[in-house]
Amino acid sequence: MARINKNESRAPRSMQISSFPELDDPKAIGATITAEIDGKDVKVPMGTTILEAAKKLGVRIPTLCHHADLCVAGVCRICVVEVEGQRTLQASCAYPITAPIKVRTYSAKVRRARRHILDLMLSKHYGECYACARSNNCELQALAKEYGVDKFRFGHPSEPLFEVDRSSYAIHRDMNKCILCRRCIRTCIDLQEVGVLEVIDRSDKTRVATFMDKPLSDVICINCGQCINRCPTSALRANDPTDELWAAIDDPKKHVVIQTAPSPRAAMGECFGLEPGTPVTKELNTALRRCGFDRVFDTNFTADLTIIEEGTELLLRLYKALVEKDETVALPQFTSCSPGWVKYLEHFYPDYTDNLSSAKSPQQMFGSVIKTYYAQKHNIDPTDIVSVALMPCAAKKFECNRPEMTSSGYKDVDYGLTTREMATMISEAGLDLPSLPQSDFDDPFGQATGSGVIFGATGGVMEAAIRSVVELVCGIKVENLFDHADVVPVRGFEGVKYAELPITAVGPVPEILAHLVPNWDWLKGATLKVAVCHGTANAHRVMEDIKAGGKFSECHFIEFMACPGGCLGGGGQPIPTSPEIRAARAKAIYAEDSGSEVRKSHENPAVLELYSKFLTDGPCGHKAHKLLHTHYTPRGKYIT
Amino acid sequence: MQNSTYGNLTFSTVKPGEALAKAKNMKPVDIIAAMSDSGMKGRGGAGFPTSIKWNLAAAAKGDEKFVVCNADEGEPGTFKDRVILTDYPELVFEGMTIAAMAIGAKVGIVYLRGEYAYLTKQLEDLLAKCREENLLGKNVLGKQGFDFDIEIRMGSGAYVCGEETALIESLEGQRGEPRNRPPFPVDTGFMGRPTIVNNVETLAWASCIIAKGPEWFNAIGTEKSKGPKLFSISGDCEKPGVYELPMGITIAELLAEVGGANAKAVQIGGASGQCVPKTQFDRQIAFEDIATGGSVIVFGPERDMLTVAHNFMEFFVEESCGQCTPCREGNAKLLEGVNMLREGKCSMSYLKELCALGETMQLASKCGLGQSSPNAFLSIVSNFEQEMMGRTN
Ligand SMILES: Cc1cc2nc3c(=O)[nH]c(=O)nc-3n(C[C@H](O)[C@H](O)[C@H](O)COP(=O)(O)O)c2cc1C
Ligand code: SF4
Repeated sequence: MARINKNESRAPRSMQISSFPELDDPKAIGATITAEIDGKDVKVPMGTTILEAAKKLGVRIPTLCHHADLCVAGVCRICVVEVEGQRTLQASCAYPITAPIKVRTYSAKVRRARRHILDLMLSKHYGECYACARSNNCELQALAKEYGVDKFRFGHPSEPLFEVDRSSYAIHRDMNKCILCRRCIRTCIDLQEVGVLEVIDRSDKTRVATFMDKPLSDVICINCGQCINRCPTSALRANDPTDELWAAIDDPKKHVVIQTAPSPRAAMGECFGLEPGTPVTKELNTALRRCGFDRVFDTNFTADLTIIEEGTELLLRLYKALVEKDETVALPQFTSCSPGWVKYLEHFYPDYTDNLSSAKSPQQMFGSVIKTYYAQKHNIDPTDIVSVALMPCAAKKFECNRPEMTSSGYKDVDYGLTTREMATMISEAGLDLPSLPQSDFDDPFGQATGSGVIFGATGGVMEAAIRSVVELVCGIKVENLFDHADVVPVRGFEGVKYAELPITAVGPVPEILAHLVPNWDWLKGATLKVAVCHGTANAHRVMEDIKAGGKFSECHFIEFMACPGGCLGGGGQPIPTSPEIRAARAKAIYAEDSGSEVRKSHENPAVLELYSKFLTDGPCGHKAHKLLHTHYTPRGKYIT
Repeated sequence: MQNSTYGNLTFSTVKPGEALAKAKNMKPVDIIAAMSDSGMKGRGGAGFPTSIKWNLAAAAKGDEKFVVCNADEGEPGTFKDRVILTDYPELVFEGMTIAAMAIGAKVGIVYLRGEYAYLTKQLEDLLAKCREENLLGKNVLGKQGFDFDIEIRMGSGAYVCGEETALIESLEGQRGEPRNRPPFPVDTGFMGRPTIVNNVETLAWASCIIAKGPEWFNAIGTEKSKGPKLFSISGDCEKPGVYELPMGITIAELLAEVGGANAKAVQIGGASGQCVPKTQFDRQIAFEDIATGGSVIVFGPERDMLTVAHNFMEFFVEESCGQCTPCREGNAKLLEGVNMLREGKCSMSYLKELCALGETMQLASKCGLGQSSPNAFLSIVSNFEQEMMGRTN
């Protein structure tokens, strides 16, 4: 496994602390230092922040601008502590311990400062907690409670100061709730390297803004929603369609179907007090039915379908390039199931739209299948169908509104719903998710495969593709190459993963692909090179390498996911998020795969039935092309 | 503009090139030792011992090091750096070169206040002349292996960019916002490299110290505050202008010198300094008593101290970079409080609350701006209690 070096962070250095000790200082390597915090000693490596050292002792220091995924800012000042010998209080998140120190984390000065800081924040924070999407999940609210705030010492706005920006399909921005912790900025610039948000103006007029203060819909926002996941308040939230959805559910004429992606079920429990990584797949099915959805489908069905279409497309590209010597074929082929990534590419690398697989994402494939195949099969007028997608994602809300996503003749997917929004609907229905009985998904799309499930984690699409390619091309069981069909080299949270798969032998062309290629002989002896990356910062690195003709330009297939960790870390997932929480969700996802009866996309009986009964001209055939494929818009960065 | 300089400045007695010719033959440790023996402390306001700063940067590891001259001079009531840059710029450039010898830097940068743009031509011409005379460039004055050159970069009017880490951010092309400290610039400065940032006056004195010897400098001033200091005097006095006076001078002595004997109060250290009432005019201007970067504003008997407080608070509300909560929101609250007092709408208890907030700002703000911005407000409220109390309701 090769890895691209972690590039230096692009965040302003004012927001970083240098890493002590210097690695080339032999004295410093492994050096530890003792800090005394609230009278207790703790030994920590040189350069550990006071905040981390306190954590080790079980001492909790409140934070707001600090976030486990982001570089240090030290701007909210709520984490200040008293360091003996220092005239001023120190921000514990930004103070590296390099000499023995004595710290007091809740002295009178500290408590008063924290209370003042909260009072100051509240003096600018418009809104009432009971009328807020983040009530009970708001860090400002929690701290106000913790520090006994019982009045607005320095006032409180009675009128909103800013208009809410509701221009985006995916993300709404309400600067009235912003406390200027700048986590969204660091998320956008540093974590995702998109750079839509920055600070403008100064002093008490300082605010977070887009380029030229344009509405979010008019800038290069990729809708990943990572900023939402890291906003401590409700200044950033997803565009919530639940009111319309309830109305559809309450309308007896409407046939409301929902597809659920693999990641929400691995995380929804968190909204109901369960530990991260507690799967609630079957309880969720019950909850959705009780909420009033007429059918509950598994997006994994179309994840499997995606693998067949996208895999076939790859093989066809390779055939054209290797056998027909067609030099115009765009390789490597990029996955296209992450709508945040797709929009990122459209803005930042518009010359590479041909590299994107034309296969739609599983959500959109399901949308067109439901309003065509399913509608016909069950004799339902597609105009009466309301098609909902439960997704871990904010960008899916944008994706379903793309004008080209109407190949069924209707809007293929009517609403993209986040995990958080669904959790609210469930509690609104008076349901306690964890205690509900279990139930299965509805037919005719049946139980999907383990390959569909792992789409939720970074590397999952690649793993699913490898499982199928090995069996369909090499004619051998994937278990012969990878124990238990676990393609370990593409798993894990490393930013960029790279793997090679030598094709030493080939098998016969399976029936489902027989109309496309005469044989696989031309692949014999070839080495399939693939890469996987998650988070657009890593995508940036890979794309720059490709542009420079580096090793990733020699790949055949690259999986890109906009969100750190893949969909399980999506912008629609429960808040908070952290590396540990995402790892727990991944565990749940791989466990579900491991326990699946069928684990390979090409063995999904419902998918095979779809090809035999509906998409009769096979994968990448005419019909499939019309319904399951799409095209992209080179947008560029210059927006009028 | 106050341009008058009173009396002869020591700077006029040091010939251009004199200091550098001496320094050329000194080892870096000797230069630093001379600075240490002189007892020199930074003239930019914070009063950090110059030798320690240089020593830290000399010891720090880095493939490159930088000397930055802080010519952002933004503190209200300060104009002595402008006088130095106009009349004695060669001493500043020499000081930078000497500092570069001491720490091992090849590049020097003058960060010039935006309003001083008119000085650039003159400074660039001097730099060109220095290059011709090999006072800058390769093997400076024939000293093998010592290459050093200076470039001028413009600030654009933000007061906070005088704070050394914000200055560095600005030099790097970022929004001028102070960094977290530690790490300090001597360790992680411009482009992440060891960097010393020194005030214009500090660098000019460094040249004098090398030229005249550290003993001369050390003999002037008090125990903890050595040497002469330039003061920018403005306000209600007869002879405003730039003065060279010994450290440790009392306020009364200073006022006598400048013709401000009937002052009611003096603001020492600019907007971020403190407002000293008549009853305390026997106090010394020195790091151990009332420190200043050089700004002294005299308030005559007619001045309304609330208006003074209002002016200062307006300044900070304008100039806070907006990064950290206490300074961003706190200054606006203090200004609001001053306005309430003026309108007779501030209760005693709210005034107390504001004073407590001011203390929090001093303690919890991220940089020196927020930490010192309530000083004027707090000192006016406590020193002119009578004037304030009459205004509460
Ligand atoms: C808000 C703020 C503004 C400052 N402005 C200046 C300035 O204009 N000029 C200056 O020399 N130092 C200024 N300083 C001090 C610098 O941060 C730094 O301490 C100084 O340049 C160090 O030089 P010295 O050691 O020679 O005094 C300012 C500090 C703060 C907090
Ligand atoms: S104290 Fe003021 S100027 Fe300094 S970092 Fe904070 S907001 Fe910016």
